[in-house]
Amino acid sequence: MIQRECGVLKTSYAADMALYPLPIARKTMVAIAVLFALVLPVALDPYYLSILNLIFIAVIGAIGLNILVGYTGQISVGHGAFMSVGAYTAANLAVRLDFPFWLSLPLGGLMAALVGAIVGIPSLRIKGLYLAIATLAAQFIIEWMINHFTWISGGVQASIEVPRPTLFGHGIASQLEMYFFLLVFVVLAVVGALNLMRSRIGRAFVAIRDHDIAAQIIGIDVFRYKLLAFAISSFYAGVTGVLYTYYLGIANYEQFQLGVSIDYLAMIIIGGLGSILGSVFGAVFITLLPIAIRWAMESFGGALFSQQAVLNLIPNLRLILFGLLIIFFLVVEPEGLSRLWRNIRNYFRVWPFAY
Amino acid sequence: MFDWQFLLLLVSNGILLGLMYALIALGFVLVYKATDAINFAQGEFVMIAGFAVAVAMAAYGAPWWLAAGIGLAGMIAFGFGLERTMLRPLIGRPVVAVIMATIGLAAVLRGVGPLMWGAETRALPLPIADEPLVLGPLLISPIQLVGAAVSLLFLAGFAWFFLKSRKGIAMRAVADDQQVAMAMGINVERYFGIAWAMAGVVSALGGIVWGNLLGVDVHLALVGLKVFPVVILGGLDSIPGAIVGGLIVGVVENVAAGYIDPLVGGGTKDFAPYVLMIVALMIRPYGIFGKQIIERI
Repeated sequence: MIQRECGVLKTSYAADMALYPLPIARKTMVAIAVLFALVLPVALDPYYLSILNLIFIAVIGAIGLNILVGYTGQISVGHGAFMSVGAYTAANLAVRLDFPFWLSLPLGGLMAALVGAIVGIPSLRIKGLYLAIATLAAQFIIEWMINHFTWISGGVQASIEVPRPTLFGHGIASQLEMYFFLLVFVVLAVVGALNLMRSRIGRAFVAIRDHDIAAQIIGIDVFRYKLLAFAISSFYAGVTGVLYTYYLGIANYEQFQLGVSIDYLAMIIIGGLGSILGSVFGAVFITLLPIAIRWAMESFGGALFSQQAVLNLIPNLRLILFGLLIIFFLVVEPEGLSRLWRNIRNYFRVWPFAY
Repeated sequence: MFDWQFLLLLVSNGILLGLMYALIALGFVLVYKATDAINFAQGEFVMIAGFAVAVAMAAYGAPWWLAAGIGLAGMIAFGFGLERTMLRPLIGRPVVAVIMATIGLAAVLRGVGPLMWGAETRALPLPIADEPLVLGPLLISPIQLVGAAVSLLFLAGFAWFFLKSRKGIAMRAVADDQQVAMAMGINVERYFGIAWAMAGVVSALGGIVWGNLLGVDVHLALVGLKVFPVVILGGLDSIPGAIVGGLIVGVVENVAAGYIDPLVGGGTKDFAPYVLMIVALMIRPYGIFGKQIIERI
């Protein structure tokens, strides 16, 4: 966040390690907290709140994937499937055993973590491309299993209707209630990930990313930490799936197909690999992209094309822009939006001086 | 009583299908062998080539050989252009970057195809009979035979190219170590371009054959998903591996679909190759013919 170090003297290691080491950063955090907790829910109408809710869900998933890809350097093309594992676990628990959300949500996450760790087992021997293909296989196999085993998927069209989550006997139904419900989990996810990354585990992850053999030589149990990264990342993915299921009111495998895995990969690449703030930026960007295209085409597209052409244009244009953005960021700014943000911040850090 | 004829039919179709998979996998192997880049957009290459040929025939009334020529030329130009604009800046970057860039490219191509030429399925008619040939108990569709023949021809051609020709040997040197190849006076970037153009040629052929078999629309790109089991089984950098992997995948998926589909209600065709691949990854991650990489710090 915004930083001006002027006049700040750190006298202890704890102060140096703090999440928000500067007074101005703490003030910014308070301002952001007030904005999200008090201002936005009052100021926005349900349509914009629903967009924010989708962004919240995407933020959690993107942070989870970034822990695996950005911090540990293990690629996964199967995160959509891990989300569906969480979603169907929670949906089955909620419907068959009447579990409340505060039980089915962590259980869904844990189930996804277990499946993710199993998929991560080959990561000890294979890496890079091979791991990408292995996780791609996991995506297809999990999708196929959910689709074909009716005791998981509930039979007709592989979808299960889920009751609304209730808190103190009050059902969470409207977009506003959903907003606060999801906000809690976003805060937990962000703070959890920030703290994880400055712990022993987080540093081990980064060491493995930078060079796994070197990491092993300095005494990091590479296999254990790789599996842990898969498990934590899949836990986030599972929770994302559960939250999305509660948000939609239905668990459906079509919400978690290969395209979703790729969407999340695009989020962390555009946002910035190995950056929590980048995950947030990427999630916002990729969630807003189709909405912005639809809005632009519906507002201005009619002037240039016929109504039919506009309808054909929107999904294709989304794909093209989406792909071009991924390529653009990889070629031009591999560290993504978070790097752009850092550049701007560093410029203003010493402003009005040049350096 | 066990039905041998049914099994024989499944296996023979699987072999032909597998050779056609090998053709597409070849494009992937060529690029990986020469440039160490991984092309997740191989299926989309095939789709775009199929579109180009089908549109040239349907909209502009070109005869099939001219349309095929246009497709080939277009894909060669596309391969060179792609290498120059997208892949050259990514040289020396982590594997994940190239994987993601080609995934992005796949999205672009999947959007561009229907945007330019419409979403409906187009036929790609070739002067080949539709009726299957009857050989005793076997039914063989002629287009699959042609596809298998084309694929064998090109596999043999590329095998010769890499083993004997000057350019092929240079390309192997580039694949082995880019810096050393550069020091030996090989124009590395030019060979990267050639490799992508060759992948374009193979994709164009794949697009014609598969387009005739399945019809040309966005779903043609799904053929590309079969490439991964094929190359993992055979070995990423091995041309004979592409054939063997293709044959294994073709036979396994056909036999599995024939026997398991009635039990579970479909979908085995897309699923069985990936299970096979996971097993292969556990046992021999570098494939049947692939080169084992020993890592040092």
